[in-house]
Amino acid sequence: MGMASKSIKTLLVAVFSIFLLLFSAKSFASDAPAGGAEKHEAGSFDPAKLIMEHIMDAHEFHFATIGEKHISIPLPVILYSPERGLTMFNYSKFNHGHDVYQGYKSEEGHIIAVNEAGEHDTTVTVYDMSLTRNVVQMFIALTLLCVLMIGVANKYKKNGAKVAPSGFQNAVEPVITFVRDEVGKPNLGHAYEKFMPYLLTVFFFILINNLMGLIPGSANVTGNIAFTIVLGVISFFVILFSTNRHFWAHIFNPPVPGFVKPILVPVEFLGIFTKPFALIVRLFANMVAGHIVITCFVMLIFIFGAMSKVAGWGFAPVSMAFTIFIYFIEILVAFIQAFIFTNLTAVFIGQSMEGAHHDEAHH
Amino acid sequence: MELLLPGLGLLVWTLLAFLIVFFLLKSFAWKPILSSLKERETGIADAIASADKVKAEMAALKNENEAMMAKAREERAVMIKEAKETADKMVSEAKDKAKSEYDRIVAEAQSAIMQQKNAALTDVKNQVGALVIEVAEKVLSRELSNKGDQENYIKQLAEGVKLN
Repeated sequence: MGMASKSIKTLLVAVFSIFLLLFSAKSFASDAPAGGAEKHEAGSFDPAKLIMEHIMDAHEFHFATIGEKHISIPLPVILYSPERGLTMFNYSKFNHGHDVYQGYKSEEGHIIAVNEAGEHDTTVTVYDMSLTRNVVQMFIALTLLCVLMIGVANKYKKNGAKVAPSGFQNAVEPVITFVRDEVGKPNLGHAYEKFMPYLLTVFFFILINNLMGLIPGSANVTGNIAFTIVLGVISFFVILFSTNRHFWAHIFNPPVPGFVKPILVPVEFLGIFTKPFALIVRLFANMVAGHIVITCFVMLIFIFGAMSKVAGWGFAPVSMAFTIFIYFIEILVAFIQAFIFTNLTAVFIGQSMEGAHHDEAHH
Repeated sequence: MELLLPGLGLLVWTLLAFLIVFFLLKSFAWKPILSSLKERETGIADAIASADKVKAEMAALKNENEAMMAKAREERAVMIKEAKETADKMVSEAKDKAKSEYDRIVAEAQSAIMQQKNAALTDVKNQVGALVIEVAEKVLSRELSNKGDQENYIKQLAEGVKLN
């Protein structure tokens, strides 16, 4: 990992804010001679690698590398291995991947067990439970969410229902009523109240992580497949638990001619799994794509810069204009994706208990 | 394609975080917020409903008032008419009564007058008769010696007769 390429990555992240843009542009200019070192160490400027580094999880918040000095917040590493037991230490002990610590080594951000000779020990299974930057950022975001929401809730408790909302309450209330009136009620009918806490939690859980992920230098939490898998699997179970016999009857005995059944039953059955799978992939792909597009536009400056300094400077305003444009779109997408995930979950829950609706309607 | 491989740590932490946040927010945020919103909405709906009801009641009351006013006006007219009629009737009755009373009094007075007149006449007749007898007695008893004296005496007697 070349230091110059790290500094370029720094710029990518830093460039998200105008202030840091000015700062980084200057530092890029002064780092220009380091281009030789980059070639020497990392071969060449590799935008794909930088983009991947940006959107992937890591064991540290890395902000900048100036010369040999890394400006980063190393995070706790928690490892469990059946052979070696539980190990906890700070990621800084690895000295940016140079050192071996307590029989573990960081290789390209992945922690592997090593033997005495310093080679990869494949006999040891390692479960990496570290508080990576995604985990830490998620915790920060969720703490913020809980504090804000419980604060708002306390305001409701204190003022009672008759007092007009004020302050942050005003910002949250329309969103909550939106989720209730546009997501819960239309899809779940009169059973909506039971699902409101889940739907609201999913919505704000995704939303706050989407928004936090847009802060320059932060991690791309919602664009991580692990994050979306957890939400998707939870949705899967919620959908499954709200099914009724009409739903299953429709899957295993669809109202079609007998000869179509062997084709339709597997398709219907598969549908149970494709719904949450679609949720998982949609959120993941959308958020990752947004981050990639933004980093790409920033990267363009350095791609042009690598060709000629003038081209790099010349393209910077164009690139920044596009970046800012995409950034606004990403803010929109943060809300839209949170809404879509919640809404589709509600739609699927609604479908899984549709028969019940008809039944209850006859009562 | 490392991008598509979920990290175990993040999976576990996300699941844990979601569950904690879900239960925390469910009991401390969503429930109070949703119940407050519901309470407020039902409160507003109730307020609007009661306002409508009051409005309808007011309109009904106004209609009722107007009807009552019209009825009162009608009744007043009727009463005035009746009162006038009664007054007229009373006046005419009084007039009739007064006239009949007058007639009766006049008739009574006339009959009384007649009666007294008759009584007086009878009395006069009786007295004249008695007088005549008395005079005749006195004349007869005095023996008519002197014609002149006789006449004076008669005159004297006649003057002594008082027709009362």
